[in-house]
Amino acid sequence: MAQILSPLPGTFYRKPAPDKPPFKSEGDSVAVGDVIGLIEVMKNFVEVHADAAGKVAKFIADNEEPVMAGQPLVEVS
Amino acid sequence: MAFSRLLIANRGEIAVRIQRAARELGMTTIQVYSAADEDSLAVKMADKAINIGPPHAAKSYLNIAAILEAAETTGAEAIHPGYGFLSENADFAEAVEAAGLVFVGPTASTIRTMGDKAAARAAAEKAGVPVVPGSAGRVADFAQARAAAAEIGYSVMIKASAGGGGRGIRVVESAEGLEAAFDQAGAEAKAAFGDSGLYLEKFIARARHVEVQVLGDGRDAIHCYERECSLQRRRQKVWEEAPALALKPNVREALCACAVRLAKSVAYRGAGTLEFLYDDATERFYFIEMNTRIQVEHPVTEMATGVDLVREMLRVAAGAPLAYTQSAIRLRGHAIEARINAEDPAQNFRPSPGTVSDYRAPGGAGTRFDTLLYQGYQVPPFYDSLIGKLIVWDETREAALARMRRALTELIVEGIATTAPLHQELVEDEAVRAGAFHTRWLEDWLSSRQRRAAS
Repeated sequence: MAQILSPLPGTFYRKPAPDKPPFKSEGDSVAVGDVIGLIEVMKNFVEVHADAAGKVAKFIADNEEPVMAGQPLVEVS
Repeated sequence: MAFSRLLIANRGEIAVRIQRAARELGMTTIQVYSAADEDSLAVKMADKAINIGPPHAAKSYLNIAAILEAAETTGAEAIHPGYGFLSENADFAEAVEAAGLVFVGPTASTIRTMGDKAAARAAAEKAGVPVVPGSAGRVADFAQARAAAAEIGYSVMIKASAGGGGRGIRVVESAEGLEAAFDQAGAEAKAAFGDSGLYLEKFIARARHVEVQVLGDGRDAIHCYERECSLQRRRQKVWEEAPALALKPNVREALCACAVRLAKSVAYRGAGTLEFLYDDATERFYFIEMNTRIQVEHPVTEMATGVDLVREMLRVAAGAPLAYTQSAIRLRGHAIEARINAEDPAQNFRPSPGTVSDYRAPGGAGTRFDTLLYQGYQVPPFYDSLIGKLIVWDETREAALARMRRALTELIVEGIATTAPLHQELVEDEAVRAGAFHTRWLEDWLSSRQRRAAS
């Protein structure tokens, strides 16, 4: 079990845009480098890339949730 | 219409600024805040503060229902929207008035008219204000675009009708490139806005950004002269001055008279800004858009005219006539504002939220620092990166530049990166000192500086 952490503080988004499907859903497979979400920091959007491979076991942070740098976002098994 | 309890529906330095004006008028200040702003200076300074939701702006500072509920709970009689957030949202202005409160700003219908690019352009043309030569509204197809471009004269700019943020824009230098650019811009506009509608405008290569400050009370309107905001990065203003640098007196008078005509034609109420492009080569100016709110850079106008714009907004909102006649507004000396953002100019302006471990504000004669900072404050990552505005005034531009240089050496912000080092470079730059710039000058300067650093 590995966790993908937020690289920055800000707002976490699971979708590229409000009317688009999420980057990843629970059960999806993940490769290293895949985009799993966005962090908005001071109106800038930064992609969060997976640094572990496997399957998405659980999203720990919700869409539009405020997160701190280093906070776990996703659990990968 | 008179009111004494003012709710501030904003945050940061502008919330502090509005509170100061309100307090001078003897009003009680009510500050709304998100969970991320509990420790903010605006909350500490307010007579009363009320939590309106989580950090995400959509759930707090953009949440109309939560703000109106806070107003009711606290017995607010008026709401000042500041800039950004709900300040140019006509539905909000309408909802505030429907709740029996005063909206500090223009009417919802003025916001609607002037907020729509095509409608604002039409209102300007009707008031005899020059606009950038362009197609009459949208072009239906490529044949119409080609005819419009030929009439306007190349280079032309293709723009998305529903546009914003620089998307769906193409500059075309000659007829050969028009069709490909037209198709690309249409596809981009469709993807970005769900609307492929395009219009054409003449492309002005080396324009200055000049804007006129107006004040109205719904009956009469006056101007407080103009600002120049040509130093921009990604269409965000970085450094602003009042007055503008290149205007001859007769051009300045014509520009400001135009702005007042347009403000009067819509019976403007409150503080507003009409933005123009100014072409040095032809000495012509063209209306681009109107902002129906107080602007970030309003202090340079305050320093150069002595008018307290925010106080005047509040007085007018309370039903008073303008405190000034046009002839009472005098330009004196020169003011410059440097925007201090929590961004690292050495790392491509990477955002830099975090804890301010040490802080000292600049001061002294002709020096003003509008800020949200205090020592130990934690700059949250959720909002705009603007943390302060350093404004200086002096009798001449040269003296103001010397004052800016001196004031920048006094500013200390430790623990986070800021754009102060960028301003320290700009204040020494020959072109800046000569005022020889245009709206794309700063981006060119930044990229050549990056190349110099890399080689």
